[in-house]
Formats: sequence, C-alpha cells, structure tokens
Amino acid sequence: MKSMWQRAGVMGAVWAASQSALADYAYNLQPPASQVAREVFHLHNLIMLVCVGIFIIVFGMMFYSLVKHRKSVGHKAAHFHENTTVEIIWTIIPFIILVGMAYPAAKVVIEMKDTSNPDMTVKITGYQWKWGYDYLNEGVHFYSTLATPREQIDGTAAKDEHYLLEVDDPMVVPVGKRVRLLITANDVIHSWWVPAFGVKQDGIPGFIRDSWFKADKIGTYRGQCAELCGKDHGFMPIVVKVVSEEDYKAWVAKKKGTAQAAAADNTKTFDVKELVKRGEKVYQANCAACHQANGMGLPGVFPAMNGSKVATGPIAAHINIVVHGGRPGTAMVGFADRLSDAEIAAVVTYERNAWDNKMGDAAQPADIAAARGGAVAAAPAAQ
Amino acid sequence: MSDAAHAHDDHGHHAHPTGIMRWLTTTNHKDIGSLYLWFSLIMLFTAGSMALLIRSELFEPGMQLMHPDFFNQLTTMHGLIMIFGVIMPAFTGFANWQVPLMIGAPDMAFPRMNNWSFWLLPVAGIMLLGSFWLPGGAVAGGWTMYPPLFIQGGVSYDLTILAIHIMGLSSIMGSINIITTILNMRAPGLTLMKMPMFVWTWLITAYLLIATMPVLAGAVTMLLTDRNFGTHFFNAAGGGDPVMFQHIFWFFGHPEVYILILPAFGIISQIIPTFSRKPLFGYASMVYATASIAILSFTVWAHHMFAVGMPVAAQLFFMFSTMLIAVPTGVKVFNWVATMWKGSLTFETPMLFAIAFVCLFTIGGFSGLVLAMAPVDIQLQDTYYVVAHFHYVLVSGALFSIFAGIYYWLPKWTGHMYNETLGKTHFWLSVIGMNIVFFPMHFLGLAGMPRRIPDYALQFTEFNQIATVGAFIFGFSQLIFLVLVLKTIKGGAKASDQVWEGAQGLEWTVPSPAPYHTFETAPVVK
Repeated sequence: MKSMWQRAGVMGAVWAASQSALADYAYNLQPPASQVAREVFHLHNLIMLVCVGIFIIVFGMMFYSLVKHRKSVGHKAAHFHENTTVEIIWTIIPFIILVGMAYPAAKVVIEMKDTSNPDMTVKITGYQWKWGYDYLNEGVHFYSTLATPREQIDGTAAKDEHYLLEVDDPMVVPVGKRVRLLITANDVIHSWWVPAFGVKQDGIPGFIRDSWFKADKIGTYRGQCAELCGKDHGFMPIVVKVVSEEDYKAWVAKKKGTAQAAAADNTKTFDVKELVKRGEKVYQANCAACHQANGMGLPGVFPAMNGSKVATGPIAAHINIVVHGGRPGTAMVGFADRLSDAEIAAVVTYERNAWDNKMGDAAQPADIAAARGGAVAAAPAAQ
Repeated sequence: MSDAAHAHDDHGHHAHPTGIMRWLTTTNHKDIGSLYLWFSLIMLFTAGSMALLIRSELFEPGMQLMHPDFFNQLTTMHGLIMIFGVIMPAFTGFANWQVPLMIGAPDMAFPRMNNWSFWLLPVAGIMLLGSFWLPGGAVAGGWTMYPPLFIQGGVSYDLTILAIHIMGLSSIMGSINIITTILNMRAPGLTLMKMPMFVWTWLITAYLLIATMPVLAGAVTMLLTDRNFGTHFFNAAGGGDPVMFQHIFWFFGHPEVYILILPAFGIISQIIPTFSRKPLFGYASMVYATASIAILSFTVWAHHMFAVGMPVAAQLFFMFSTMLIAVPTGVKVFNWVATMWKGSLTFETPMLFAIAFVCLFTIGGFSGLVLAMAPVDIQLQDTYYVVAHFHYVLVSGALFSIFAGIYYWLPKWTGHMYNETLGKTHFWLSVIGMNIVFFPMHFLGLAGMPRRIPDYALQFTEFNQIATVGAFIFGFSQLIFLVLVLKTIKGGAKASDQVWEGAQGLEWTVPSPAPYHTFETAPVVK
C-alpha cells in the first residue's frame, strides 16, 4: 500500500514538472490585439461555455442511465415512447439559446465588415509564395518573403524561435490607426490572416476584397497564409510590425530612399560578374521555390533551369518568358510587375551562367526595358 | 409443387457462375453489398496509410520525409478516397444488404444496374490511385479542388475529374435503385411510417445524392473545360469568377456532409433500441428531424466560405441558417438519450460504438456550432480546428457507425458470432486512439495553426506529436477489426436467427446466415 502511495507521489511530481515544461501549450485563441479580435475572443468563450454546459447536462443524464439502467443490475425496460410535450420543449429551448447567441455574433459581423473612415489604406497581393504590399497613400511598395533559411527547414541547422514565421521585409503600420486592407491575389487564391487582429480575408485573383484592423499596442504580430495555394503554402508567413507614429514616418522615408536607389540601377550597365552576383539573390527569392536552388526543378511539375532550352537558348526568348510569363495555364507568371529592369537583367544573366550553364552572355536593364513594351512578337526575330 | 421446386432449383444453378465470374456478374443484393463493403475496407486501409504518412511528416517541425508537393498530394487523396471510396461505398453496402431484408423485398429493384453501380467504383478508384505514378504525381490542390490552383495541375487533374464523374454516376444509379426499392417493394402492410429508421435515412440520403451529384459533375466539368478548352468560368481575366466555383462546389458539398452522416443516424437508431430493449423514443420526430436536416442542408453552403468576403447580409443569412441546423440535430441526440433512459441496457460491441457515436458526434456538432458563428469562423477557417471538427463527425461519427453496423449485422450475414473480446479491444483502442489524434487539433487550430501545411512553427510541436502517436494507435488497431471480420467469416459460435435479444424487424426473421435468396414470398407486416 505504501509503495502505491509513493508511486502516486512520483507520478504527481512528473506531472507537475511536465506542466511547467509545457508552458508553451496554448489552449485558446491567441491574445487579441484589436477590438474586433477581442470581441471574437469573448464570443468564442461564451459559446464554449454554453456548449460545455449543454454537454454536461445531456451526457450527465446519459451516463446516469448507462450506470443505473443496465440489465446487469437487473433494471427492467420501461416501454414509454413519444411525448409531445417533451419533444416540443427540447425543440424550443435550443432555439432560444441559439437566438441568444446569434445576436452578439451578428453585432460582431457588422463591425468586422465596416471598413469606412480609414486612416490609411494598404493593398495586399498574394503571390505563389510571398506577399506584396502597396501603401496607397505613401507610394511605398515592397514584397515580403519567408526569411527562415533552407537549412533550418531541412534540419541541418538549429531552428530559430520564430521558425517559419519570419519574413525579410515586414508590413509596418502605426499604432492606433484604422488601417483598411484591400486584398487580392495574382495567381491563385491566398488568404491573409493575422490572428491577433482578427483579420482573415481571402485574396482572390481578379477581385479586390476589403477588411480592416486597428492595432491596440506596439509589437510584432505574426500570421500565415490560410488558403491552400500550392507547394509552398506553408512557407509564406505574414509579419506585421506595429510602431509609433514617428517610427512609422521614419520607416516610410527609408523605404522611399531604397526605391530611388533601385530606380537608378535601371539606367546603369553592369558587367556579367556583377549581374550574376545580384541575380543569385533575386533567383533565391523569386525562382528557387519552383525551379530549386540547384536549378534542377521538380521533374514533371517545374522544369529544370540547368541545361534547359530556354536558359541556354537565344537570350531574347529567355528574357521574354521572365518578363511576360510562360505558356498559359502553367505556374510561370510574368515578372514585369514584380521585378525592376535591373533585377530581371540580373536574374536572367544568373540563370545563363549558373550551374552547368556557361553562356557567358548578359542581359542589361536596357534590354529588359525594351522587352517590356510588346517584345512578345519581337522575340523570335532576335534569333 | 415439386415441379415448381425443381424448376426453381434449375434456375438457381444457371444463376450461379463460380469464381471471379460470380462476383463480376452478380446481381444479388447480398453479394453486391459485400463487394461494396470489401471495397470500402480496402480503401480505408489505403487512405489510412496516407494519413499515417501525413502524421509522420508532422511529427516534428522541419521537412523530414517528403517534398511539400507530395504532402499536398497525400492530404488531397486522403480526403477524396475517405469520402468517395470509404464512407459512401460502406453506407451503400449496408443499403444493399439491409434495405431488402428490412422491408421484406426479394432483392433491389434494378439488380443489373446494381451490378454496374458497384463495378464502376473500382474503375474510378484505380484512376485516382494510379495518378500517383503519372508525371507530376496525383492531384495536390485539396479535395475541394478550388480553381485557379486546380487549373495549374498536370494530367492527373483531368483524370481525377473523370474519376469523380464515374463515382457520381455510380452514386446516382445506386440512389435510383434504393429509392425505387423502398417506394415500390415494401412488404404488404409496411407503410412508410412503419419503416425502420435506417431505411428512412437512406431514402432521404438517396434523394440528396440525386439532387447534388449532378451539381458536382457540373462544377468539375467547368474545371475540365477551363483547363483544356479555353473557357473562363473561373478565370477573372476572361470574365469569370473563382469564387463561383466555391458556391457551386459547396452547394453540392454541404448536402454531401449529410449524405455522409444520415445513414449513420439510421444505423445508430437501429442499434440503440435493440440494446436498450426499448422502442426508439420519438420515431416520428426522428423522421421529421432527418427530413428537416436534409432540406436545411441546401441553405447553408456558404458557411464554408465566410473568409472569401461576402456582403454583411449574406454573412448573416448563412450564419443564422447554419445555427438553425443545430435544432433538428439536437432532437436526434435527445431522442437517443431518451431511448436509453430507463431501458435495460447491455454493452455489446455494437452498442459501445453507438454510445461513443452519440457522445463524440455531439462534440463534432458543438465545434460545428462554434464554426457557425461567422466572426469566430473567420479566426478558425482553414485551421486545424476545422480538421478536428470534421474528423469528429466523420471518424467518430460516420466511421464508428459503420463499425457499429458491421458488428450488429455481421452475425446475420455470416451465421457466426464475432469474438466479443476482440471486438471490445478494437472498440477501446479506436475510441482512445481517435481522441488522442483529434482532440489536440482543436487547440492547434485555436492557437493559429493553418491546415494543409507540411511544416509548422515551433509552438505547435507538442500537440502535433501527441496527435501523431494517437494516429498510429488508431491506425494499427484497425488491423484487429480486419482479423475479427476474417475470423467471423471462417467460423465461430453459431448465431441464432434472432441474434440479439432486443432486436426488432424483418431481417431477424430470416435464418442466420441469411440465405442467398430471401423473401421470395413477401412477408405480411401487421
């Protein structure tokens, strides 16, 4: 008997230790950081409470019956059935409970949908597999891509605290401002979701849907794409930095400076080495998801770049595909709207000179600028 | 008299080819019922293995076993096969075996069409599974097949569309057969309101199938022409709308959910009165509740689409109509509990599965109610909370009712009692394993883990590991079921004609095992 108590004590200690070790276990919605998210949080708590209450009453009765009304304790079956009063009662009561819950839920729906009087507007575009942000009032535009290194995903390096929830260029908004979001997508349906703000809105190619949030306090909030969008659906996180008004102004100024420098590159001429070096970065951020870092693609799904007819063929045709896209219906979209002339020139040059491709030629920003204007028909003539 | 018997014998010999031809050419409802159930069992192990591969990859963060694209193929095929290859064929198998036995009919109304309905299924199954070996692999766009993602895929996507057409054809033919049999071939005196609940639920299910399968066929045909023939139904650049697909798909998809659960309600409504030794509490209200669920199921589809961004009015309408479904579903649960109340309960394996069904299906119903609240759904849509929800209604709901039904009727089909110890072991391992897999998924969804992702952030690790352990317990305990079924077919204690003390209905008046031909002369029901 004593040993049993000892064993129970040890088990208890193990349980207590595991509880402290498992401090990360989350049982409920993420801590809300906006009014809407807070209301959703309370709505969920309310309905959970109602469900648990009903569950305990109904199944309390069932388990009472399972214990007391069993044949092995000699219970003889009663033979009652059909009772209109009881049946009406158990139809009406749930109905009343439902009406009681529908009312607060409807209020939140209406609040969520009210996108009027925004302080600022940001257009968000989903791509396979990254997010594009356009600050319509400030004229700031950038892309936001997964920043977790490949080695951490493959397990050859230790994983960071924010594994898979880190991006190279986060969205930045000022605290306490109503931010209206115009959400769309470029290729397939994506869904922009930040749990702490209570915003989840599908981006639908060809259509714009809107949503809004007003962040309560300064901090970093993370979310993920919530609609299956192909191979790297699990690898396009969202990071929103909520900052003070002054920090936000400084960030906008810095973004504008970077944009000017990038625009200046479009008028320059580079040597092959410089282009290959810049192109590798562009390739990793935009092309490697499908064509793979080693240029081998995925047989049957995404074509290889290494030794491909395009990357080792006429340069005009190569430029044309990168600018305007591949065959219709394939995942290869044109990058005309997404990359600058300098970036496209760099990535084309990289693809022609990386791996076993030793073409030695280079595309210059001026070539890309020329290709943008209806080079679709001009490409074969360049041969 | 002896002449007639002789002539009948002769006829019998001609009608019985042996070996593989017996099964290929059979028009006997019991043979076809068995074929459906075996097909379903094989597919259960196939799609179950895919689930174990998925859970293995998700055991810890990082990509260990497979490429993300193959992961997407597995989740897509797991869903398609479990729905169209396991649950639906299993219920049709039950209908084939039991509807004629329960209404006192000699066979189904259209025996040759019945043969076709079944044999189309393996063809579609081979097309689906075979696509894993095509260039680019199997479909990876999710079982919901949303464009434009579905437009991007390779040749296996076209093959999947064809397979869905064939399965739809099979379902429609099976449904016509079931409706005709029930409406025209009932024994004299068996009025509609005297029919066993299982027959009622299947009658309503068959109507749902006939109403919705053509809608699915239309949706996938539009995908096919968008993919291959230059149409732009779902392409905004050509004047189409990707969201229109979702409306059409879920107009099929939500009634489909009830197609997967109404026959389960029927099976459970047979089993609980038997082992409570007490009639079903509210027979009439059960019939009306089933019909209301079926009708309401056509008005709630867009609750699968709250995150696409609908106008306020639409959001509110679909929220209210969805919440309304809780009323008839509640009536059903209350009825089952009231049937057990003051009964004389025993707990053989069918009853254990039925009780687990009532309890766990209700958990799935409650999480459904949580998801019906549009603002909460915005947070939970496309997360593991939804995965938990539909596995509670489909695994501890539909699949457990199928197990319950097999244990209940297997003695009648084989003439042998199954091994009760083995059955109870199977039950307890399944019910514990199932909860270990799916209960933690509620927490994962609430904490913000999206579904259909092959890799996840570190804070989701612990619950994923628990779920994976549960999945292996649940998966491997199904081997016990396989062994049990095989053992029961080979031998075992002789089953009486009545089999269960409290069982009521025509199927228990025929010998065990049920002879090849039953009710050649219609029984009379008073």
